Amino acid sequence: MLSSFTNLSRVGVPRLIITRSIFFRDKKSDSLPPEPFKSSVPPHIEKQQQKALDEYKANEDPSLKCYVNISDPIPSLDMYQTTKRGLQVLLWTDMLKGVMIALGWLLREPTTINYPFEKGPLSPRFRGEHALRRYTSGEERCIACKLCEVICPAQAITIEAEERADGSRRTTRYDIDMTKCIYCGFCQEACPVDAIVEGPNFEYSTETREELLYNKEKLLQNGDKWEAEIAANIQADYLYR
Amino acid sequence: MSGVQLKRLLVALNRIKQHGYVSICKQSTAVEPKKEPEKVEVFVDGKSVHVEPNTTVLQACAVAGVEIPRYCYHERLSIAGNCRMCLVEIEKTPKPVASCAMPVMKGMRILTDSPLTKKAREGVMEFLLVNHPLDCPICDQGGECDLQDQSMAFGSDRSRFTDNEFSGKRSVEDKNIGPLVKTSMNRCIQCTRCIRFGNEVAGVSDLGSTGRGSDMVIGTYVERLFMSELSGNVIDLCPVGALTSKPYAFTARPWELRKTESIDVMDALGSNIVVNTRGGDVLRVIPRINEEVNEEWISDKTRFAYDGLKRQRLTAPMLKNRDGFLVPCDWEDALSVVAERIGQAESGAKMAALAGRFCDAEGLITLKDFMNQLGCETVCVEEPFPNAGASIDLRSNYLFNGTIVGIEHADLVLLIGTNPRYEAPVLNARIRKAWTHNDLQVAVIGPKIDLTYSYEHLGDNTNVINELMSGKHAFSKVCHHGDRGAQLADAILPGAAYTEKRGIYANTEGRAQQTYLATTPPGKAREDWKIVRALAEVCGVSLNYNDLDGVRSRIEQIAPNLTRLNSVEEANYFKQNIELLKQHKTSFNNQPLVPPINSLKEFYMTDSISRASMTMAKCVKAAEQQTKSPHQN
Repeated sequence: MLSSFTNLSRVGVPRLIITRSIFFRDKKSDSLPPEPFKSSVPPHIEKQQQKALDEYKANEDPSLKCYVNISDPIPSLDMYQTTKRGLQVLLWTDMLKGVMIALGWLLREPTTINYPFEKGPLSPRFRGEHALRRYTSGEERCIACKLCEVICPAQAITIEAEERADGSRRTTRYDIDMTKCIYCGFCQEACPVDAIVEGPNFEYSTETREELLYNKEKLLQNGDKWEAEIAANIQADYLYR
Repeated sequence: MSGVQLKRLLVALNRIKQHGYVSICKQSTAVEPKKEPEKVEVFVDGKSVHVEPNTTVLQACAVAGVEIPRYCYHERLSIAGNCRMCLVEIEKTPKPVASCAMPVMKGMRILTDSPLTKKAREGVMEFLLVNHPLDCPICDQGGECDLQDQSMAFGSDRSRFTDNEFSGKRSVEDKNIGPLVKTSMNRCIQCTRCIRFGNEVAGVSDLGSTGRGSDMVIGTYVERLFMSELSGNVIDLCPVGALTSKPYAFTARPWELRKTESIDVMDALGSNIVVNTRGGDVLRVIPRINEEVNEEWISDKTRFAYDGLKRQRLTAPMLKNRDGFLVPCDWEDALSVVAERIGQAESGAKMAALAGRFCDAEGLITLKDFMNQLGCETVCVEEPFPNAGASIDLRSNYLFNGTIVGIEHADLVLLIGTNPRYEAPVLNARIRKAWTHNDLQVAVIGPKIDLTYSYEHLGDNTNVINELMSGKHAFSKVCHHGDRGAQLADAILPGAAYTEKRGIYANTEGRAQQTYLATTPPGKAREDWKIVRALAEVCGVSLNYNDLDGVRSRIEQIAPNLTRLNSVEEANYFKQNIELLKQHKTSFNNQPLVPPINSLKEFYMTDSISRASMTMAKCVKAAEQQTKSPHQN
């Protein structure tokens, strides 16, 4: 309570905070100071403010002409205003207003979600955890063309390849360092066979860094696990690719 | 061996020349003062250039600094003019002309950037791509493909030809032409560079074409091995990915390779190569153009034996234990044991040093200095060198007569007891080139062999030079491959191979060239000269050089020709040499001359690196099978 009164008394004391105008020298006429920031002060207060400013200007030290007043408006001391301010403090009207706002939000639909059990919507272009896809026959798509390796701006991908027994070109090693990856999605854009994709999964935090060094086996596993979602995303976005 | 044989033959040739047995052998003919033909002025995009008559429009454009796109045209092959990519507009001609086959005419105005030229190129690209599969992602040529580059530069972004959306593109069966060259004939654009290479440079007419129009197919007619020791060069020649390297298949992309310019040591030609490495592994070896040595060809052994650099390597010093087994140890132990054994030898005369074929000049000089300081004069090389007279002290005794380029100016080449086709395939290609274009006469003393060109056989019997004996008390060995010799050693000090050090090598014509560090030596292996230098330190012998520059300046003192890289100095002191040789007449006897390598099968494995190579082993197997095959030449 006491603090409220001290506040009031502080409000009652006209204070002038004066700051140097940087616009001053640009203006040709020195009669018009730059307009202060337009606040949502009620007109009567603004009037008082103007009055105080004029008063101040009348007795202004010419050497201080380059300063502009940006202090709080001087509160009015007429009966109505004084009573209103007093009642505001005594009846806690601000507090009541606040409670009403809280009550209003309480009745609305919440904006938060219950994260592990609820999840927000994801764009089909969402770039999450990487996965290596397979064809429906089970054959891995990746043909070791190394375009993802060369485009990767973080140099997170390492590929080694050789001829498989059947003569086809396949990787013997496909590593992604997920701690280096910046999830730019260039790899999936570079891939000519849609083998490497950034799937919709974003929940793959680990306890050690080593677990984030993905090898081919892990990536293929991801592909098998997320194939339905990945395929749906690609289908949803195919018009724009 | 190849190099030595060559050297030997040319030493003999030299001697015969000096003794006057063969008087017709001249390196250069007396040049009649020929009138310089008048140059022809042509205009390339308005820019005037003066070129020799009979040059082609394409060459004239190159002189003017304008590169014409091409697939079938190649500087070292005959002109085919079948790809049509080099079409240019020439003013006052009704149609665009194939610039590679069109000779220049006076005042010709060539337009290489006109709308008609551009349209012609775009049209040709469209035709070439009608049947070219869109498999760049799995093609090994991807990234260094002429078709890729030129379709980006000159082609259209779409094709008007839609028939193959229904009928599919043309498909051709892949041919199996051996363990070195992988074929993917769908990608072939029928430029016939490979056929022309086989016929003209390699002298092996295995490759050819059948059918015509869009049915034209490149192949070997029946399935057989491309029986050439230069077969790998078709990989570089092929402008698309139809012929690619089998051992290198799918392993790397050109953009991820680190390229180190170096020198080949598999034969005595010292071919200029580029060693391509990734992460410390040599992934492939490709040729580097040096007109004076290898032009742009390299032999299959040079190109494909690199996998031997990884296998059977000695990675740590080894000492023989009490049971007679070699066990790995530290450098300190190995060096101190060797030093101890050196100390046990009563005098330097009881020791001998034997240098192998892959030793660089630095290693040899350090070894020789070291042995000489110990009072030992027996420093030998594995290869048999002429030892009569001044022996190898005079360069004229082991160098090639004249230069490699000199072959092209020669009237006659006499080959004694050698088979350059397998001992120095690229040199043989050069002889063949001179034989084809300059009417070079070739004569052979030795067994009758297939050299890919005709020659006069003078007999297989002549005075043979006695072979140099080998050392007696060799007990330590600096080597990089665990090969036959390594088993005999008491101590092994692992050295670096030619891709793993900076070393000077002299080739058969005496040209000193330098290899560069492409990868680091495996394990604890070190450069040869460092090992000998360290050993000298342990033995208490002072060699006053501590770094490569020091060794090089020591070489400069003894053999300055070895430090003048890439230049050839002629051999000298012929007169004195002959005087010395005359005292050794008895050393000629009448044994038949047998070249050390006589067949393609033997060519593939001649030294520790190629013997350790899997690719070379496959080649030997394939060559063996081919000799049993019913489809002989």
